[in-house]
Amino acid sequence: MNPLIQNYLRSEYAQGKRRTIFCPGCGNGIILGYFVRAIDELKREDGFDDSKLYIVTGIGCSGNIPVPLKYNIIRALHGRALSVATGVKLVRPDSEVVVFAGDGDLLSIGGNHLIHTIRRNVGIKVILVNNMLYGMTGGQVAPTTPMEAITHTTPYGNPEPPLDACKLAVSLGATYVARWVVPLAKQCIQSIKELLLHRGFGLLECLSQCPVYQGRYVIGIDRPSKIMDYYLKITVVSDKPSYGDKITIGKFVDYERPTYEEIMWSIVNKAREGGNYEA
Amino acid sequence: MGKYSLMMGSEALVRGAIYAGIRFYAGYPITPATEVAEYMAQLLPRAGGIFVQTEDELAAINMAIGASVAKWKAMVATSGPGFSLMQEGIGHAINTEVPLLIVDVQRGGPSTGQPTMPSQQDVFQARYGSHGSYEIIVLSPGNVQELFYLTIDAVNLSEQYRTPVILLTEEITAHLWEKIYVPGPGEYPVLPHATPPTRGDEGFLLESQLHDERGYNVANDPELSAKALWRLIRKIRDNVDKISRIEVKYFDDEPSVFIASYGCSARSALAAVKMLRQDGYKVGFLRLITLWPFPENTIRNAVRGASTVVVPEMNSGYIVNEFRLLGLNVVSVPKLGGEMPMPEEVYSIVKGVLS
Repeated sequence: MNPLIQNYLRSEYAQGKRRTIFCPGCGNGIILGYFVRAIDELKREDGFDDSKLYIVTGIGCSGNIPVPLKYNIIRALHGRALSVATGVKLVRPDSEVVVFAGDGDLLSIGGNHLIHTIRRNVGIKVILVNNMLYGMTGGQVAPTTPMEAITHTTPYGNPEPPLDACKLAVSLGATYVARWVVPLAKQCIQSIKELLLHRGFGLLECLSQCPVYQGRYVIGIDRPSKIMDYYLKITVVSDKPSYGDKITIGKFVDYERPTYEEIMWSIVNKAREGGNYEA
Repeated sequence: MGKYSLMMGSEALVRGAIYAGIRFYAGYPITPATEVAEYMAQLLPRAGGIFVQTEDELAAINMAIGASVAKWKAMVATSGPGFSLMQEGIGHAINTEVPLLIVDVQRGGPSTGQPTMPSQQDVFQARYGSHGSYEIIVLSPGNVQELFYLTIDAVNLSEQYRTPVILLTEEITAHLWEKIYVPGPGEYPVLPHATPPTRGDEGFLLESQLHDERGYNVANDPELSAKALWRLIRKIRDNVDKISRIEVKYFDDEPSVFIASYGCSARSALAAVKMLRQDGYKVGFLRLITLWPFPENTIRNAVRGASTVVVPEMNSGYIVNEFRLLGLNVVSVPKLGGEMPMPEEVYSIVKGVLS
């Protein structure tokens, strides 16, 4: 057995008593594997301390990715993962807070929180799993679905242009933004490592395959390996985000500025200099 | 040793919360709950806590949940429309058993309604506002002093039962200035904060769907789902007599009529009882301190022998139905528009009942 399973999974999952809910060929399990490998490599290379890790998830298939892991996990309401994560990060500024969310969760129902979390530069690391539609509810159109695509709620074609999460994040001043695609294992793992070591808000968008709905309806291919081939065909490495017929992948920004939790705690300390609270 | 102080209801609420150990506040400005946020912004950092003005009420309650889970006692305060937006979060905190204080400073509704006027129109939203089957604790303070103490009680109950507790006050009480006693440190009981349990080297799993004691999702298993939900309901329902309190006055001579009310309306009710007594009418007074869970048994015992209960309240007649369900003959005194029921109004209605 792979020692990573014993070291990182909850006992019921490690012993095979519980299974993930993912469909065969789904990208979510692969991303879980990348995440575990990234942490394991960081622990060996940099002495990364994973004891202070909190993982918050949104609702949707991707919200199930970290559930088998031994870490502290909060499954938040649909769209609210970033708010819950901000609460955690503010009261535990020394902790590492990771959010797993899908494209519908983060960009549609939770879009407002994404804007303000980036504006504040809360030190939260977001792994956005983009499968270009709502998978859990059975394949409906999402803000990331290509225009004219057929889904169960756009039977005559998607009338709306898609949203580029990375372009939005860059424009709002996110301090780390990257987009990779599930077939590129090395780049995905490397990016998760950079994300975990980054100071401030970071976003990694991971284009992922949903063979059951996205594959069959949006792309017209249902073999997972073929969808991954298709992804490699439509993506091109660049330093600028773009999300159209060609989708650019790569690292778009990586810099630092003061984080929300640092500023907040300096305010608390400053307020206390003027005298502690008296009942 | 504590001290006496003249303060606004909102400040008493904030000081009560800090006394109870609240160290995280998240909120969005809304009349008439804005003063709570402003006092918090001023005082909480000096107590070593964190105040956040969020982008909306959805963010507020979910940030508070995150803070409560990770480390600190947390709260939110809002009014009608914001309270509606927080309902999903309240259900989330119930299902994941996160202690949390939620304050609703009631204004008139529905919709944007009457932002600057008081009401008691949210008493059913506080009880039934979130979707699904659940029980919840809701407290209703009658004056500024009680606002201070019930804020602490609400936080203590939320820790004891690991559930969100709602403090339901009104614009009148939140904006009222009264002299109150603020106890010194250690004078009033405060419970420690409860965070989710971990097992061995495995962290906690806080599952938003129905789950077993390990946190694993059981939503597709009818038997385990029912078991999980019944446990959440019973931890409140089976402890009604421990949780819920009422205040009863003028009952020694076994009056046949009681005036029963809560919150600010109870002040008019009590004034009416005093006027009626002065004129020689035997009328009792009952005030609900806890609205939910509704203290059926305690009320039954208190009004034993009474034939009629008159219920003045600032809505179209909500809590009166709970008295009706006890098999009592009830007279509803509903009041809409934003003005309190006047003692004289209640007086004349009760006089009509008695004659």
